[in-house]
Amino acid sequence: MARMKFLCDADRCIECNACVTACKNEHEVPWGMNRRRVVTINDGKPGERSVSMACMHCTDAPCQAVCPVNCLYTTADGVVLHSKDLCIGCGYCFYACPFGAPQYPKVGNFGSRGKMDKCTYCAGGPEPDGSKEEYEKYGANRLAEGKLPLCAEMCSTKSLLAGDGDIIAQIYKDRVSKRGYGSGAWGWKTAYRETIES
Amino acid sequence: MTRAIAQIRFIAATLAVAVMLMFAAPVGAQQPVNPTASSVKEEQLLNELKRIQGRGTIPDAKSYVIEQPEGRDWRHFHEVTLRWIGAISIIGILVVLVGFYLMRGMVRLESGRSGRVVVRFNGFERLLHWMTASCFIVLAISGLNVTFGKELLLPYIGPEAFSTWSQWVKYAHNYLSFPFTIGVVIIFLMWLPGNFPNKVDVEWLKEGGGIVGHRHPPAYRFNAGQKMIYWLQILAGGALAVSGYLLMFPFYGTDIADMQTAEMVHGVVAVLFVAIMIAHIYIGTIGMEGAFEGMWDGTVDVNWAREHHSLWLEQEERRGRLAASPPQGAVQAAE
Repeated sequence: MARMKFLCDADRCIECNACVTACKNEHEVPWGMNRRRVVTINDGKPGERSVSMACMHCTDAPCQAVCPVNCLYTTADGVVLHSKDLCIGCGYCFYACPFGAPQYPKVGNFGSRGKMDKCTYCAGGPEPDGSKEEYEKYGANRLAEGKLPLCAEMCSTKSLLAGDGDIIAQIYKDRVSKRGYGSGAWGWKTAYRETIES
Repeated sequence: MTRAIAQIRFIAATLAVAVMLMFAAPVGAQQPVNPTASSVKEEQLLNELKRIQGRGTIPDAKSYVIEQPEGRDWRHFHEVTLRWIGAISIIGILVVLVGFYLMRGMVRLESGRSGRVVVRFNGFERLLHWMTASCFIVLAISGLNVTFGKELLLPYIGPEAFSTWSQWVKYAHNYLSFPFTIGVVIIFLMWLPGNFPNKVDVEWLKEGGGIVGHRHPPAYRFNAGQKMIYWLQILAGGALAVSGYLLMFPFYGTDIADMQTAEMVHGVVAVLFVAIMIAHIYIGTIGMEGAFEGMWDGTVDVNWAREHHSLWLEQEERRGRLAASPPQGAVQAAE
């Protein structure tokens, strides 16, 4: 089976935030929460780069390891999902996550963060694929329909790539060798313990 | 006519190119502009900074950190290091106490009971002690649940029941922290006068507190062991309160590294505190005859006081807090 990954080619990202908007709309992510966001490094300086970041669906995911109620799990596609029925909103996944992916619907005082929410790689949750309950809790399940995550699908510069790790790594490698430069596969070493040689 | 237009076009184009060259020339002279040459590289940033952050456009400031590999280190701490520290200290203290109990048994009242009692802790002191103690027990169980629950309890009751239980004890943990903190603060003030170390403590410690053997080194109201429990309790309680409230109000003036540090301090201090308190509970119950009633009924037998807190009993006698002088002929076990 494919091992799904994200790759943001920062040399192509123009910080248009379409991925952020697409994600929020597709999954009806509530106010104040962002499953994906774009952050600009060295803003306004020569060589600035913008990176679109969400859950990277890590290999041996730290969030899954630290969750005190074991509510996170990794699917056969390598997608890290969670059960909102089991989540107690302790916030540990946020401390462990290298990418700041977990989100909480409440401010967080007195330990009432609410159920954690994060990028599902457009793959829903433990409920039956495409069910109403699944949509209400986790948003759309595009993967079950044979579609890739919407953020990457509608990226205007094809900076954000989603799909099988080997394939998107090859695409990035080809780009780097053709144009002669690349700022790196952001987060890959941390998430997947590998990097793309270019 | 068309020719004239073409000539004008030509002149205009030449001028335009000349102007462009004029402006471009100084730039080219300084440095060739290659927008990628100075671009940030992920690997370089990670090596230099260990954490990559930038500027975002959403209000959530903590989302501006896009990569913090320390999360993996924190995970290792929480899943491996903390568990070892917790398991070794808690199981270790239990082994020591069981071993000690098997060897020494309950520390008996050597002179028997006199039948006369002296007030050891008044109602307010006992109320504070038991409020703090009951909060501590709930806090300890709910806290240990976060670190050990998924290994020790989840497999037996199933994920749904364990989740419900964890949710409730999490609320208990957060809300009972307030009476616990109040208890620690008042205990600190209330028992501070009797807990300054003095010369008697040195002697007491030299004799090992009389734990081994049958000697009873003199002590005032609190002996050196109790003073240690007192100060450890203040320090640990204080550290737990500070780190705990930081965790309860996440990202209020703290960043991700601070939150991780707070959790690490909270976890290590908490498991050590639990180990210390297990020893405290032991000595206050099955470890020593006549000790528990001091905190439960508020009074202790005069002979108990003489054996364990001889100097304190003398003080109480001088202050006239004993109804009458102790009966003559009571065994003077404490030399």
